[in-house]
Amino acid sequence: MAARDWNPLRRLLALPNESRTKTILVAFLVSAISAALVSGATVWLRPIQAANRAAEEQARIAALVQGIPGMSDLLEQSGGTLSTVVIDLDRGRAAAEVTPATLEAALADPANWTVLDAGQNIAGLGQRPNFVQVYLLRDGDTVSLLLLPLSGQGYGGRIDAIMALRGDMNTIAGIAVTQHSETPGLGARIEESSWRASFPGTELRDASGELRFRVARGPASGVHEVDGITGATRTGRGVTQMVRFWLGPDGYGPLLDAIERGEF
Amino acid sequence: MVARAPYWKTLTQPLIRQNPVTLQILGLCSALAVTTTLATALTMSVSLTIVVTLSCGIISLIRRHIPDTIRMIVQIVIIAAMVIVIDQFLQAYFAEISRALSVYVWLITTNCVVMARTETYASHNPPLPSMVDGFGYGLGYSLILMILGGLRELFGKGELFGAQVLPLADQGGWFTPLSLMLLAPSGFFLLGGMVWAIRSIRPEQAEAPEHTPPARMEPAQ
Repeated sequence: MAARDWNPLRRLLALPNESRTKTILVAFLVSAISAALVSGATVWLRPIQAANRAAEEQARIAALVQGIPGMSDLLEQSGGTLSTVVIDLDRGRAAAEVTPATLEAALADPANWTVLDAGQNIAGLGQRPNFVQVYLLRDGDTVSLLLLPLSGQGYGGRIDAIMALRGDMNTIAGIAVTQHSETPGLGARIEESSWRASFPGTELRDASGELRFRVARGPASGVHEVDGITGATRTGRGVTQMVRFWLGPDGYGPLLDAIERGEF
Repeated sequence: MVARAPYWKTLTQPLIRQNPVTLQILGLCSALAVTTTLATALTMSVSLTIVVTLSCGIISLIRRHIPDTIRMIVQIVIIAAMVIVIDQFLQAYFAEISRALSVYVWLITTNCVVMARTETYASHNPPLPSMVDGFGYGLGYSLILMILGGLRELFGKGELFGAQVLPLADQGGWFTPLSLMLLAPSGFFLLGGMVWAIRSIRPEQAEAPEHTPPARMEPAQ
């Protein structure tokens, strides 16, 4: 009789294929190796993917601005570029100590995030950063265009978008969806220009100042609504809640008030 | 030297004679969905070929130790891991094409071409022939995708790989794009035409009719 083999791997391989131990161990080994492979690829490639996404976001901002009628002329008058400002959301003004370059480092600190309680958490985010980078265009002393990044929970995952507001801080000038994971063919149509075309001209608030913006279920009725997408009710609701959260008192509300008072 | 001929045969067999798409009618969903342009068709072809070759090799390596009861699960886990790695790679280096392919790269996981090769061939044959076989089937799939993608892009937009080939009528040329070519139905038409053409040239590929049609009724005079 041959000597007993002490190499555990060889002993495992020598087991009959149908034995329970071998079934479980083979399943475990295959999963573990696959998991290591997938995680390795993800971690290794993430910086490149992040750079791609940032470049794409810049391109979308540029396309958003170009798509707003009369905006390219305004841009040229002001020197051709948007100014980038980091906003302190609670105080509604430019952050003194955080610049666009140090924003990422600042947001790595949990102290710079505000946890939202159940009543505030209408966009499904759970927490929001205290500092956000916005883009704006000035015409003399007044702000003529404001680009605000938004994010909220959609049906399939988080939706990131950039909304452009006109100088009255109430009329939407356009929207660009920068990232989403909605159902292809249904909710994913939020990134199509035909749907985004119903945003320009839509108004956020009524005369009493209450936020009335809404993605309709079906065609839009009234100046505060945009068309809904058939079969994507929950995506539409996600967009509604996202806009209401970010333009409300817990989002950019203080900033918009400050701009309206002419203090920004 | 003796071994070369079978390898060559294994490799070329799936191109026309055993083509996974036109003979076995597998992997149609992706073949129709990603062939609106040559660039997406090529990316999809390369991704699928890499996935099927590597997973055939890996599965063949451990084929004697895969318990029968969890055979399919093990194969799918391996294929899915390959697909995710390829998808991450595409997202990093070919971001725009990756966006155009959207879910179809993930769907390679359940592509019948891959499943059929790992299940029927790789789990019974040594690694090298399995990889050659997988690579051959990948090429067979790619061939059909490239032909479909080329035809659809050429007649749908007058372009090949994004470069204008046929001068467009609205820019002073003579070619009016057939927008139908960019829609899903044209994929069916072209694929159906190809299957018909191949089976007319090679009648041995035609399936035997499953039932005999009733004798034709003569119209009453």
